[in-house]
Amino acid sequence: MSNAIQLLVGTRKGAWIYRSDDQRRHWRVQGPIFLGHIVNHLVSDPRDGRTLLMAAKTGHLGPTIFRSTDDGETWTEAARPPAFPKSEGDRGRAVDHTFWLSPGHASEPGVWWAGASPPGLFVSEDGGATWDSVAGFNDHPMYWKWCPEDGGTPDGALLNQILIDPRDARHMYLATSTGGVFESHDRAQTWAPLNKNVEASFYPDPFPEYGQDAHFIALSPPQPDRIYQQNHCGIYRLDRPSDTWDRIGKAMPPEIGDIGFTIVPHPRDADTAWVFPMDGAEVWPRTSPGGRPAVYKTRDAGTSWTRQDRGFPREQAWFTVKRQAFCADAAAPVGLYLGATNGELWMSEDEGDSWREIAAHLPEIYSVVAAPIP
Amino acid sequence: MIAVIIPSQLTSYTGGATRVAADGATVAGVLDDLDARFPGLKFRVVDEQDRIRKHMRIFVGQDRCADIAGALREGDEVLIFGALSGG
Repeated sequence: MSNAIQLLVGTRKGAWIYRSDDQRRHWRVQGPIFLGHIVNHLVSDPRDGRTLLMAAKTGHLGPTIFRSTDDGETWTEAARPPAFPKSEGDRGRAVDHTFWLSPGHASEPGVWWAGASPPGLFVSEDGGATWDSVAGFNDHPMYWKWCPEDGGTPDGALLNQILIDPRDARHMYLATSTGGVFESHDRAQTWAPLNKNVEASFYPDPFPEYGQDAHFIALSPPQPDRIYQQNHCGIYRLDRPSDTWDRIGKAMPPEIGDIGFTIVPHPRDADTAWVFPMDGAEVWPRTSPGGRPAVYKTRDAGTSWTRQDRGFPREQAWFTVKRQAFCADAAAPVGLYLGATNGELWMSEDEGDSWREIAAHLPEIYSVVAAPIP
Repeated sequence: MIAVIIPSQLTSYTGGATRVAADGATVAGVLDDLDARFPGLKFRVVDEQDRIRKHMRIFVGQDRCADIAGALREGDEVLIFGALSGG
């Protein structure tokens, strides 16, 4: 069976696609694609194996979505990109950039979801050609509480992720940088916070109902009732139907801490996941702790963590990995891929035991998505 | 007719043209006319609230346009610029 993988890489200055041979040993590159555009996410559609959607903008121009059905050779721009409704008031929101793209449920071909900054949820029912604002979140009576105007990350507050329960198209989760995690049971018509026991150390009440900064959430593929979260304030796990998160990052080495942007679940083992910690001490350098990059792996659902750094620089390496730039393929053994802020693309073909560089000198990497080559 | 100067950032929409003619009694009308012929162009210049994007500049002759509802006169020239700084 072929393990050939394509890596869809979005950067601050364009997109690149790396394609491997069957053994994932050798990689050939396509790109740059849309050089100079800020590409926050480049995603393939697992339902047809060939459609690519890209969230892009430039420093000057407004945000848009591009679509390709020929392996990235040609692209068509969305006729109506994600945009908030026209408002008569002063609070008229405008999408600054689309940050996240999710293919819809397997039973809904052509459906895509998008998360934006400022926090906004958008849906396309026609393969990404036209997009509509999802009133169930964007016009929710609590929206301005969940997404205050002064909240957010340096590049703006985010609705940074949308997850769909593979067993139920109506059951969805989303993550925001200002309100934490939210859940819907009716295909995004209504939403409720899901943040119990998740810390928000920057509030007087450090465990509020909402207000957390959910950097990244991921459903375990073999056990979708298990959610892993890398939060601004630690690593968490939630096993539904419980609504109370468990801070599994407490088991990380204290000198490393449990701050980071992202977490990657194993495609077949619900107890295994990987994180890439960053320095969250004092002034939050957000670099590899001590200048020594490492992945940490749990094989027991967060009870313990093991350092995996073979192949990474041993000192004076200060990159980090942003929330969309760490992913796994579904091969055996699992391949792991991470894109660094210094433009290096790294991989492990042995589930994190060792790492090697695939590419260097790219612009700052924002996202890496691994998909089988169709 | 209104003459419109197109910046390099938008020539992918205009087939490479850096100067095009458009109809419209206002800047908004000109942008709508351009968008009808070059789909997608308007949204990259103004947002969904009809505000000119932060790093775009529109001038009518020598005067900077702050509101696309501003009226135009026959023979006016509309100039669109990209004005980005940073690395």
